[in-house]
Amino acid sequence: MSLLSITGLNLSIHGTSILKDVSLDVAEGEIVGIIGESGSGKSMTALSVLQLLPNGAHCEGRIELGGEDVITADEDTLCALRGDDVSMIFQEPMTALNPLKTIGDQVAETVQIHTGASRAVAMGMAAEALERAELPQADFPLSRYPFELSGGQRQRVCIATAIALRPRLLIADEPTTALDVTTQAEILDLLRRLVAEDGMGLIFITHDLAVVSGLADRIAVMRHGEIVERDTAEGLFREMEHPYTRQLHEASTHVPTRPERGEIGETLLSVKGMVRDYKLPRKNLFAPPGHFRAVDDVSFELRRGENLGLIGESGCGKSTLSRAILGLDPIQGGEILLDGEPVTAGKDLSPKVRAKMQVVFQDPYASFNPRHRVERLVAEPTHLMPNRPSSAQKRRMVGEMLEKVGLTTSDAQKYIHEFSGGQRQRIAIARALIINPDLIVLDEAVSALDVSIRAQILDLLAELSDTLSLSYLFISHDLSVVRTITDRVLIMKGGHIVEEGETEQVFSNPRHPYTKALIEAAPLLDAPPKVIAF
Amino acid sequence: MLRYALKRLISLAVSLLVASVIIFIAVEIVPGDPASYMLGLNAQPDTVAQLREELGLNVSPVERYVSWVWGMVQGDFGTSYTYRTPVAEMIWQRGQVSLPLALFALLISTAIAIPLGVIAAGRRGTGVDVGLSTATQFGIAVPNFWLGIMMVLLFSVSLQWFSAGGFPGWQAGFWLALKSLVLPAIALAVPQAAILTRIMRSSLLDTLGEDFMRTARAKGLSRNQALWRHAFRNALIPVLTIIGLQFSFLIAGGIIIEQVFYLPGLGRLVLQSINARDLIVVESVVMVLVFAVIVVNFAVDLAYAAVDPRLRRRV
Amino acid sequence: MSAAVTRKGFRSRALWIGGVLTAVLVGAALLSYLWTPHDFEAISIPARNQLPSGEHWFGTDHYGRDIFSMIMAGARTSLALALAAVGIAMAVGVPLGLAAAARSDGLLDEIIMRGNDLIFAFPALLVAVLITNIAGPGAFNAILAIAIFNIPVFARVTRGAALSVWTLDFIMAARVAGKGRWRISAEHVLPNLANLLIVQGTIQLSLGILAEAGLSYVGLGAQPPLPSWGRMLADARTMLTVAPHMALFPGLAITAAVLGLNLLGDGLRDWLDPKLRREGR
Repeated sequence: MSLLSITGLNLSIHGTSILKDVSLDVAEGEIVGIIGESGSGKSMTALSVLQLLPNGAHCEGRIELGGEDVITADEDTLCALRGDDVSMIFQEPMTALNPLKTIGDQVAETVQIHTGASRAVAMGMAAEALERAELPQADFPLSRYPFELSGGQRQRVCIATAIALRPRLLIADEPTTALDVTTQAEILDLLRRLVAEDGMGLIFITHDLAVVSGLADRIAVMRHGEIVERDTAEGLFREMEHPYTRQLHEASTHVPTRPERGEIGETLLSVKGMVRDYKLPRKNLFAPPGHFRAVDDVSFELRRGENLGLIGESGCGKSTLSRAILGLDPIQGGEILLDGEPVTAGKDLSPKVRAKMQVVFQDPYASFNPRHRVERLVAEPTHLMPNRPSSAQKRRMVGEMLEKVGLTTSDAQKYIHEFSGGQRQRIAIARALIINPDLIVLDEAVSALDVSIRAQILDLLAELSDTLSLSYLFISHDLSVVRTITDRVLIMKGGHIVEEGETEQVFSNPRHPYTKALIEAAPLLDAPPKVIAF
Repeated sequence: MLRYALKRLISLAVSLLVASVIIFIAVEIVPGDPASYMLGLNAQPDTVAQLREELGLNVSPVERYVSWVWGMVQGDFGTSYTYRTPVAEMIWQRGQVSLPLALFALLISTAIAIPLGVIAAGRRGTGVDVGLSTATQFGIAVPNFWLGIMMVLLFSVSLQWFSAGGFPGWQAGFWLALKSLVLPAIALAVPQAAILTRIMRSSLLDTLGEDFMRTARAKGLSRNQALWRHAFRNALIPVLTIIGLQFSFLIAGGIIIEQVFYLPGLGRLVLQSINARDLIVVESVVMVLVFAVIVVNFAVDLAYAAVDPRLRRRV
Repeated sequence: MSAAVTRKGFRSRALWIGGVLTAVLVGAALLSYLWTPHDFEAISIPARNQLPSGEHWFGTDHYGRDIFSMIMAGARTSLALALAAVGIAMAVGVPLGLAAAARSDGLLDEIIMRGNDLIFAFPALLVAVLITNIAGPGAFNAILAIAIFNIPVFARVTRGAALSVWTLDFIMAARVAGKGRWRISAEHVLPNLANLLIVQGTIQLSLGILAEAGLSYVGLGAQPPLPSWGRMLADARTMLTVAPHMALFPGLAITAAVLGLNLLGDGLRDWLDPKLRREGR
């Protein structure tokens, strides 16, 4: 008998249809993955189960939880269900906890609300729940505040809150998306263990096919508010009946076609013993301010026409490194040479050197001044050209670039809000290309995109690097993406480069323990589905 | 916590020091000689010289500044020329009107604004919310001194519930004295309450939209439980800032309101002294008022730390 | 659904009502230069303390002057003083805020922000008291006092918003394109603050009118013969038992002017920038 049974769920918000005829079962001890791209309705399905939908939402159909229909249940019944029978954890652990309350209080609250236990008893149960979420009391006493914990630790607090009363069903909405790969692997292990121990059902929502492939017993694929395919994990990956499932799978494992490269040219970028310190706030008025060394004695070379990957988890110094290379921040030691000339920060850097490099950022929404037209946005780097082009020339250059990245000349007259995320990333690439740089720094340039869009952008980048003989410094936390598009790769941790080598070599035969841990932690799509190991 | 308090205390001291320099410069570096200005055009040179000495004007500005500040630290604010009484005593007398008035008004505005803000946010978008929004728009637009005049017209002239102005003094009985502050305090409080209601509403709405509110609801807290346990305290933080700032407005507003209700407070004192060119009184009263504002903001900073653990642990 | 519509309707109504009230205010101020029903300075003792009538729409004051005409003329004083004060405050405060944000790690930011804190400790009225002490009471005094008090407001608002613009990637892209901090401030940061500043400016203008009225009430603002709403109220206070109507109309005029500008500011906020149009806020 299934624990949760959704039948014919239709959801509309302010009259707009969000979910269409969604049906799904979850049994005790079972992990059901729901996968879909943004806007597929996967989160709304989860919120429907808890009836925590936004204002103006209207549900039809049945959602039976342990024999009771939650759609028709009154608010008191729902409050009694939430947190006790069914719990939920969310994507963003940094903001999911109240910053003004201790973690003990927040976990204990679940207990107090539902059992009426005294504060002392509830705190005892909170401690137990935190222990089960692998936050030992010795290191993480109940009196800690959320701001004193890392993202992964906060997600464990959320999990402890959710499982404190051993609910029968746990819904996890992209719980690892905001975390680093190694942390993600730990959280996934934890969830797997809790499911096995408590025999609870788990709905795991994600956009990442690879994550769910190693975790779920059964998988439902969602698109535009509908479940397009539903099968056991094994069956789904074997059959892939629905074209969308296949498309998703292909996009996720997409390897852009990169023509066999001729010989690699001479050195373009050379970083030697680079050091970057941040000033820390003074501890007291009289002590000198401390320093935090974000990048420590880093050296590497990038040659003309080469695609170099730089992999690291958050806080490893990779963004700091890229800012220094781009001449945005001063360095405190070593040197950076671009085409033989030193790169310095700020005004000292000559436009001639600056013009040799450009950048594409992660967030397609923040990358453009919303007040300017695309023409002006794309033309901005022409500021660096020795002979500033006339506006007619600019117009022609911008048009050419837009066509090169798969847009049209007429797009130049539009404002940026008229474009989708993927199109904006194309415009960002056009802006980077307009002064024919030698080096393009791609700072997590495809990380914010849905997989199918990501595949298209990767293809575009591969094609451009070939036709324009560009060099890329491809910075990312995503191993699978870096693997598909780079020739060589650097692994960075704690401000150091711990390993470097040919991409395939590093991936198939990592030498440094950290590289090994990273590669092991990264969920792989082609791995045999679901190996339970304790 | 201690380090945080210490740090704020140092900045408090610096603020006071800089403020005192500004006030001293603004008041004492006046074109012309204050002594001859006070005595008028027909004064004898001897009398002027005598007054200069009496006022301590015959030494360098730096010496005068130091002795002024040092005097204040010891509680000696000098002697008013026009009233011939110690300024400290006058400030003490007048402060017994101004400070209770400001606090009374602050109390009224907070007591009105926080519940109304919560109601408006809780019923966001409904007729109640729109009604409160309209009311606060009017509340902000009404000048407090005009509101005072209108209340005098209604409650004193027509209904004769309250006296039209004046202050009997605390020795006349606590309730009697308080009664004479009721209308002025309401006049002062209404516009501030309107502002605070809007701040409370939007701050609460911001907090209600936070991720952790969803977590709280997922735990099984009802809408109201989540609001009181998680949103309310967090929403108070920006409100606290505004309450601190409002004190500054209440002090300023108090000067005008004292004029409307003929209250013998610091505001009236400063206006009278300006007209009489009683410089020593002007600079001391302004310093005391600025001191009050700075100290209240210091208290607000400490209250912050009490509410927000992030400030307590991190320095 | 209906709730959201109610509130949205309320918003666009705010723009309309605010716009109309402000237009009336500006119109009355401009018209007063050409025409008022009576000469607002003309004293007529026999006609003193008259209640509103067909001849004197708002009645007359204790010197027999026509209150309606005085209010029309007062509008131009209020508006001119508030505009001048807010203009000065913006001209000083906005560049300060931009500079503080452009060098947010530096000493400049620290100095500007501490200076702001300090000015906040001086309520506008105390500033006016101090300036009166130096320069004597008058319109200029009022403008300066209100302007000084408003500088930190604009510096703060500008800095806060500019800091968040500075964190956006398009600023980084501009830096990679070799543009300097000041140029980026002018080209990328300021245009993105324009709406915010228009809205804030409108609201400060309304506060300026309030402050000017207050200063005039205690005799530190506009001096005779400049017509002034605040001074009309001060006169009315002394005549309260004899001619209560004298107190009514100037106060209503101030309220309407401030309300109009506030509503206009609120309405503009929503109308100018769809990004700010977070429902119901």
